[in-house]
Amino acid sequence: MKIIIVGCGKIGTTILASLVAEGHDVTAIDADPAIIEEITNIYDAIGLCGNGVDCDVLAEAGVELAELFVAVTGSDEFNMLSCYLARKMGAGNTVARIRNPEYNDTSLAFLRQHLNLSVAINPERRAAHELHNVLKLPSAAKVETFSVRNFEMVQLKLKPDSPLDGMSLIELRQKYPQKFLACVVQRGDEVVIPSGQFVLKSGDKVGFTATPSEMLKLMKNLGLMKKQARNVMILGASKTAYYLAKLLLAGGSSVKVIEKDASRCEAFSDQLPGVVMINGDGARQELLLEEGLRTMDAFVALTGMDEQNILMSYFASSVDVPKVIAKVNRDEFAPMAEKLGLDTLVSPRKTVADILVQYARALENSMESSVETLYKLMDDKAEALEFAVHADCELVDIPLKDLRTKPNTLIAGIFRNKKTLIPSGMDTIQVGDKVVVLAAGHRINNLLDILE
Amino acid sequence: MNHKTVFNVVGKIILVEALLLSLPAVVSLIYREDCFWAFLTVIALSVLIGSLLTWIPKAKDAVIYAKEGFVIVSLAWISMSLIGALPFFLTGEIPNYIDAFFETVSGFTTTGASILTDVESMSRGLLFWRSETHWVGGMGVLVFVMALIPNLSERSIHVLRAEVPGPTVGKLVPRIKDTAKILYSIYIVLTALEIVLLLCGGMPLFDSVVHAFGTAGTGGFGIKADSIAGYSPYLQWVVTIFMLLFGVNFNLYYLILIRRFRSVFKSEELWVYIGIVVTAVVLVGINIWPLYQNVAEVLRLSAFQVSSILTTTGFSTANFNLWPPFSKAILVVLMMIGACAGSTAGGLKVARVVLMFKQLRNELQRLLHPRAIKTVSFEGKRADTLTLNGVNIYFSVYMILLVLVMLLLSLDSGMSFEADVTAAIACFNNIGPGLAEVGPLGSYAGYSDLSTFVLSLAMLLGRLEIFPLLLFLSPSTWSKK
Repeated sequence: MKIIIVGCGKIGTTILASLVAEGHDVTAIDADPAIIEEITNIYDAIGLCGNGVDCDVLAEAGVELAELFVAVTGSDEFNMLSCYLARKMGAGNTVARIRNPEYNDTSLAFLRQHLNLSVAINPERRAAHELHNVLKLPSAAKVETFSVRNFEMVQLKLKPDSPLDGMSLIELRQKYPQKFLACVVQRGDEVVIPSGQFVLKSGDKVGFTATPSEMLKLMKNLGLMKKQARNVMILGASKTAYYLAKLLLAGGSSVKVIEKDASRCEAFSDQLPGVVMINGDGARQELLLEEGLRTMDAFVALTGMDEQNILMSYFASSVDVPKVIAKVNRDEFAPMAEKLGLDTLVSPRKTVADILVQYARALENSMESSVETLYKLMDDKAEALEFAVHADCELVDIPLKDLRTKPNTLIAGIFRNKKTLIPSGMDTIQVGDKVVVLAAGHRINNLLDILE
Repeated sequence: MNHKTVFNVVGKIILVEALLLSLPAVVSLIYREDCFWAFLTVIALSVLIGSLLTWIPKAKDAVIYAKEGFVIVSLAWISMSLIGALPFFLTGEIPNYIDAFFETVSGFTTTGASILTDVESMSRGLLFWRSETHWVGGMGVLVFVMALIPNLSERSIHVLRAEVPGPTVGKLVPRIKDTAKILYSIYIVLTALEIVLLLCGGMPLFDSVVHAFGTAGTGGFGIKADSIAGYSPYLQWVVTIFMLLFGVNFNLYYLILIRRFRSVFKSEELWVYIGIVVTAVVLVGINIWPLYQNVAEVLRLSAFQVSSILTTTGFSTANFNLWPPFSKAILVVLMMIGACAGSTAGGLKVARVVLMFKQLRNELQRLLHPRAIKTVSFEGKRADTLTLNGVNIYFSVYMILLVLVMLLLSLDSGMSFEADVTAAIACFNNIGPGLAEVGPLGSYAGYSDLSTFVLSLAMLLGRLEIFPLLLFLSPSTWSKK
């Protein structure tokens, strides 16, 4: 598919990398020649140096043939205008990054309609939602939700003293009566979709799928239940912090935000009066302790500096804050942070790249099924996809145990009439269902792709 | 340095060469010539070497950085020439291996300089192989490999950049593989068209294919002692036109394919190229008028020779050694200019010359108005300082190396000064024939082994646009520091 990306900052480059890896024909537009040079050196894409709202530049990029147009420069207004022009010039679908809170209230729907935007993405808000999910279930490393509300996927990292160490999946099933699936395991560099004989080891990262209520029971039985984070300290009054604080306040938690810049403190406090705003240097450990770091349920570092986030998170976990999350933007820092024992990291740009990959695949969809949600899991080595089954195809009405599926694929959940089925071998897929599929090492575009 | 990846890619190139060698093997089988066995031996040998090299597992981190790009391209071209020389040597038709190496390098670099004194006595298989190397070398063997093999490696743009000539190398379409495919498709279609047109003019099939290969790569190996002179005027005009066509930037053909005619029309380099051709044809025509006294003949000879030299092909229809000095001087200037960037031709390239003249003009203006600020624009876009610096540095290194080659050649006592100078220019710019002893009817046979080797290096330097080979030979590329 022909895709144009305007703006190749951190987010733009991550999106570009994901889309090129998906096999799309990507043209990148940026005003900075050095960035274009760098991009064309590294990725198999074409670069164009110019202004993304200049019609001549857009025409040269071949906008009239582009099926997907993505504008992710630092400026919301620029992105909107660029998408508007692209649409007028014949681009099939437009995606703009709009992250200013002022546009992300009631005016967003109006903007989207009148600019003819297919998607407005807000990386900070997405990241905040992801953080909020984890804070609700602090024992998980990551929580993914799907378009069907009552189904989620939780990733756990097995600690050395975990009761699951040395247990096979069959034994696990016998011991815990809840309806769930252990559907993907990462051990070292390898990611597998495990069979019943698979034996878990400490250090594994395991993905479980279940309905939220069953998941809670499972966590309780596993002895992993930590109470929901009610007292949260956030470092840095960033946009992500704004969206997260808003979600937390709405859920009745108390939020304390520490920010160095006084004017930002004031603006933040003005927008969210319920937040306790502290003006001070978040890198000072004394200040954090004085503000009651030890009594917090969770500490979330969201400043613009990865280094500070990682170091202060490390400090927070050393004073035994139950849940510590650091925002890390640069991929290369993630493994280092993990070595320091910070297992929960959120990178907004990866979330956004996943959304675009999902959207691009949805555009390529066939008659039978369409991608509704896509997550890349476990260092991008596995994917969880949610499909809507539209029309009769080879899969329908056949008991799952009789389907000849590829190795390392799994049907992890079926939704019918607002009910969630954790599928067993006897269940079948019906037209109108939504199906969650897990795959490691395959690129699944279409539900039929899971068949041999 | 990522040795494993480098060897892996070079191994693939050698396997591709085995594939390429099978064509002349078939030709020699058709004509029932003994050189078939030589080809078979060399194919077996290259399959063996290639498999051994590709058998080395690829490194986990198979990234090609700029450094690896330069090394891969240089090693690929050197090893291809070393292997490609073997058939000439094994059959004994060129008994000296260094001479055979010179002949093959001359082929792959699309130079067309020959040490053969009697071309017509060569076997058909070897003549075919000689011309095939032109065709492959013209567009670039690594580009060919990229079109064939999916995902050579990450960042393979560095390889493309090291092999495709021109001051700035861009892709036509986002995927490098598709770009390589488009380039080769245009190349193949144009070559096929020329073969058909030559056949229509009554040229035998073998001759048509060989001459089309020579034109397409802007090489210039012929199979007759008098090059193209013996063929009919129609055939000479066909070759003239195709030489000019292959000297045009291939990006423009792609623009025509996607119907962006206005962009083609606005191409600055194309207009300058056409301007140079017309001016040179007129000047040479006026200058040689007294020799021929016939409008059609003067026009044909002048147009043919100007196109042949400007596009660095090196075919000839007349012994321009006998032309007046002014014509010879023009031809030597054309040798240095070369055709458009992104074509199969050698030389400095019109784009570089235009950029240099524009800078010169700005600099003169700045002397008059010391506070004036003026930028250089080319093809409707501002040429950034990095590109301009690149052009200037290229020109300096080009001149230094050219002088060095001349000095080394002058150690050979047997040749005249005129021959030494033009031999250096003709080899460095991948043209082929020079003047005096190395003129269109002469050959490079008079040079010693040392000079032949120096000229081989000069041809490789010229084809790869100096830097890849220069960096390959520099110790700092190989040191671990």
